[in-house]
Amino acid sequence: MTSIADTIAGHPRSDAAIAGREATDAAAPAITMPAVSERELRLDLFRGLALWLIFVDHLPMNILTWFTIRNYGFSDATEIFIFISGYTAAFVYGRAMLESGFVIAGARIMRRVWQIYVAHVFLFTIFLAEISYVATRFENPLYSEEMGIMDFLKQPDVAIVQALLLRFRPVNLDVLPLYIVLMLFLPLILWLMKWRADVTLILSATLYALTWYFDWYLSAYPNGVWAFNPFAWQLLFVFGAWCALGGARRMSRILASPVTLWICIAYLAFAFFVTLTWHLPQLSFLMPKWLEKWMYPINKTDLDVLRFAHFLALAAITVRFLPKDWPPLKSVWLRPLILCGQHSLEIFCLGVFLAFAGHFVLSDVAGGAVMHFLISLTGILIMSGMAWVISWYKRSADKEAKKGIGNADMAGGSL
Amino acid sequence: MKAAIQRLVLLAALCAALPVRADDPAPQAPAEAPAPPACEVPAYLLNSESTLAKVAAAVKSGKPLNVLVVGSRSSTIATQEASAYPARLLLMLKERLGSLPVNLSVEIQSGKTAEEVAGSLVKLVEAKNPTLVIWQTGTYDAIRGVDPDDFRSAVDEGVTALQEAGVDVVLVNLQYSPRTETMTSVPPYLDNMRVVAQQHDIPLFDRFAIMRHWNDTGDFDLFSATHGVELAKSVHACLGRALSKFVIDAAHLDQAQQN
Repeated sequence: MTSIADTIAGHPRSDAAIAGREATDAAAPAITMPAVSERELRLDLFRGLALWLIFVDHLPMNILTWFTIRNYGFSDATEIFIFISGYTAAFVYGRAMLESGFVIAGARIMRRVWQIYVAHVFLFTIFLAEISYVATRFENPLYSEEMGIMDFLKQPDVAIVQALLLRFRPVNLDVLPLYIVLMLFLPLILWLMKWRADVTLILSATLYALTWYFDWYLSAYPNGVWAFNPFAWQLLFVFGAWCALGGARRMSRILASPVTLWICIAYLAFAFFVTLTWHLPQLSFLMPKWLEKWMYPINKTDLDVLRFAHFLALAAITVRFLPKDWPPLKSVWLRPLILCGQHSLEIFCLGVFLAFAGHFVLSDVAGGAVMHFLISLTGILIMSGMAWVISWYKRSADKEAKKGIGNADMAGGSL
Repeated sequence: MKAAIQRLVLLAALCAALPVRADDPAPQAPAEAPAPPACEVPAYLLNSESTLAKVAAAVKSGKPLNVLVVGSRSSTIATQEASAYPARLLLMLKERLGSLPVNLSVEIQSGKTAEEVAGSLVKLVEAKNPTLVIWQTGTYDAIRGVDPDDFRSAVDEGVTALQEAGVDVVLVNLQYSPRTETMTSVPPYLDNMRVVAQQHDIPLFDRFAIMRHWNDTGDFDLFSATHGVELAKSVHACLGRALSKFVIDAAHLDQAQQN
């Protein structure tokens, strides 16, 4: 599988060629592709970070959980992941659309959708194994009701078909279906963006507002709704795409203004304080009742405006204080994070799997805070190691294959 | 770090609680024997800004206190109902309220969503005529993945009906169940119950946070796979004790009795 981000880097040769071609194309389209000779490492860094945080958040509460951003504000790693996915996807396939046209780019996107779908089914298989194991082993009268979660095992045929239809999505497995749906609409989004980028963003915001107004949702199996409502979360994805296709540059003046900075800081501080009252309920008397009534619940399913704003504030501050050529981006220490971010789909899946595995170890081998910490750490090391192996494949093994030394995959053609 | 914060909180809570403890009448100790000693609940988890006015009025006027617990399967222990938290609550309330007659009935409605239960609440109130309804809900909805918004309106509807029927209401949220944490998404249901409690100004007994506290402090190991019925019994005994304190505090019954 080739991850989206890989294509960004491309190969130096083709980049030069593209830059040349872009110069000639520059007049025609409404969107412009920044001529990039170098990979945007900040995106990789933060996507890697989001993957680590998602992994830690999927484990039961432990010390490392306290380093995840959801404890310090409204938004969490999911927002980062979806935004960056929108950004990179638009970057890669937007370029493809300018160069090769709608059909070719659309076809490439569909192949990517298929890859994500297969990854999702793979994770579901692991989930089935886990839940079946727990169902046969768990014996605790205290939780006889909670064990009702295993009920779907009585009808595995229905559950599996529903899972293939993306309607049955157990906890922890709901990010990929969202991603699949968003990618499915990427050709349309890019086509609109090529026509008028700003109008596309406005349409997306309108869809978001209408979703809130009319309470649109996708239903799930056995009942309920998609944990991440695609009608609402598309806003973040489209916004990412809009930023990638020149929006970020046009916003640079707003981003550089001190007013923006202070609004962001004030909002982040407010969000931090509110989150603090969740963890230290003794402080909750400081929260005015009217504010609580207006604010709660902060809806994750429909990407609450408070969450979206929190992400925007975080992003604005990050962009301001972390320049593109920030030296540590090239350091060895951030290398693991960046590598993970560069192979997001594989590492995401691995993270979900490791979280399941970590649960096993904690409950069946040994528990305790130290073990918990070790599991989180080991998981992150494994993710980094795997990312390194994948990039080694890309760098070395695949290069050999291209020279014609042979690769079974080549018969079918690989990206 | 988290454990450390909680220790601090606990310490602060204990300090805050100390003067009150000193005034507490001592002789109630012997009857409390069955509850394991170590399952302290930090004061902030038992504080509620909302009051149970009807319970307070009933006790003050010396009327019998009728309590109705409406819950799902996690409000009972199979074949051991006498050890489940509602029965323990009755025991503790009787102890604390001395001569005052206390009656408690339990309605277990397993396998029903909050919406299904909410519709039947008024009938239950008419049949049992309680002063206080303790409504435990959320688990089944979380398992079924009911839309959290629908869940909130169902709880809201139920609480409204109960308040209109003229009874005090306490909500009890989900159990902390670390073993099924990866399979059920619990937070939206906890959040929505808190919202409803806030909007109606009724006390919410945070069973989830209390049990998690016990798991974190090592009072109970709620994670491991196999346990006999003993763990369930002890946890329920502790929950019953905590809930009795919670109800008595929210109705300000300690003061009422002193008057």
